[in-house]
Amino acid sequence: MAEISPRDRAKAASAELLQSFWWQLRNIPGGQKIKRCLQCGTCTGSCPVSSTMDLTPREVIALFRAGDLEKILQSRTIWICASCYACTVRCPVGIKVTDVLYALKRLAMENNLFPRRFPVHALSRSFVSLVNSFGRSYEPGLLMLFSFRTKPTRLLGLLPLAWKLWRHGRVGLWPKRVKKRKELRALLAEAEIMELIVPWELEPSARP
Amino acid sequence: MAYLYYPGCSLESSARAYDETTRWVFRALHVELKELEDWNCCGATMYMSIKETISLAFSARNLALAERVNGEIIAPCSSCYTILNKTNHILQENFILRAKVNQSLKRAGLEYQGRVKVRHPLDVLVNDIGLETITKKMVRSLKGLRIAPYYGCQIVRPEGFFDDRENPVAMDRLFTALEATVVPYPVKLRCCGGMLMTTFPEVALNLNREIIEAAAAEKADAIVTTCPLCQINLDAYQDKINRKFGTNFHLPVLFFTQLLALSLGADRYELRVKENIIAVPDKILGGQP
Repeated sequence: MAEISPRDRAKAASAELLQSFWWQLRNIPGGQKIKRCLQCGTCTGSCPVSSTMDLTPREVIALFRAGDLEKILQSRTIWICASCYACTVRCPVGIKVTDVLYALKRLAMENNLFPRRFPVHALSRSFVSLVNSFGRSYEPGLLMLFSFRTKPTRLLGLLPLAWKLWRHGRVGLWPKRVKKRKELRALLAEAEIMELIVPWELEPSARP
Repeated sequence: MAYLYYPGCSLESSARAYDETTRWVFRALHVELKELEDWNCCGATMYMSIKETISLAFSARNLALAERVNGEIIAPCSSCYTILNKTNHILQENFILRAKVNQSLKRAGLEYQGRVKVRHPLDVLVNDIGLETITKKMVRSLKGLRIAPYYGCQIVRPEGFFDDRENPVAMDRLFTALEATVVPYPVKLRCCGGMLMTTFPEVALNLNREIIEAAAAEKADAIVTTCPLCQINLDAYQDKINRKFGTNFHLPVLFFTQLLALSLGADRYELRVKENIIAVPDKILGGQP
């Protein structure tokens, strides 16, 4: 049997990426509207942080249509979005740009395709492990966990802020917890299995 | 139908003033708020960016708890408000995800059919209780105060359930009714950067500078906001902004319920003004002890 060439393997991998992206889009109410993009740039113009992105939101959609998901997943754009929904509200054809970026974030996480030095996913992961165990978030714990996972010296930089908030009585002493944690854990364990179920065949990987 | 109060995690630690004054305002208006029993975190924007079904199931636990007692959720934190609404919307629209989430909820002895409404206290105050009732209870007029109403992102976006998505006026109407001067504030919906203050501070500091600058240019006495994260970004980082951009801002940032409670007669301890990092001056407090 002939060897699979690296090129074919890469092709198969990106086809798979595209498939799971379609699956993610399908779950967003109205997610398929991405096919209707006019490339007008209203999203980029409305975005308060587009000037600090390497790919603008409009370019993200253009690249997706050109079939280059990987380039999108490796950009800092999807991680710098602050979820302000300005683009979503203004898109003339009703593309939920913010939710599309969420889908891309999840895809990047699943496939370990994110720029390593980017702190956003570290913060998200710290947050998730915290709320999974307590049921509620705990700000000081989140910042500590986040710092340990990225740059422990960051904690020193946070000290003046922590002191200021402490003086004003704005730091919780101890994490608040949900009472029924056992039930919550069972719920999360079941949801983890549910996450893996894909009920029927996906959208063909054809370009829109 | 009862109002079920969903404080959210921030209101338990860094935004206690928001929590206490919200409860105070509803007490003063004789509207009962019952805290949702054993609520959990809504998942915020961060859970959504990791796992979809799990984040929906996690957030839906709150909706299921509310449905069991047949109530309407009131969520003061903009992020909780948006996330709970978004979860609700997805579960109502997408039957596959609803089935998956219900399968997970079953493990906790719960079920969700999609009947709960999630509201913001600003919506309830202005549209259910009404400005007339509120002004009747007014103890202290806010005359002479110039207020910059800052709505932030997630209260009217993406859905805009109770106000315009480009130019919301609920807070403007509320404080105009209490005789304050509401200044023209074109950045009322600009993003403060949210968690970017932790991950990309240089980006977020600039966003916050623009928001404070616009209020200062109108000679506002205070920025009034509806979101705990916006409040902490605008309030606790103001000195950092001054250092970085060579500005000289000293603008108090209040929760809208703090100013409302003040007008309804709360004293400075009930307002928890000690928690505001930029001190709230006597001009706003009206010379009370």
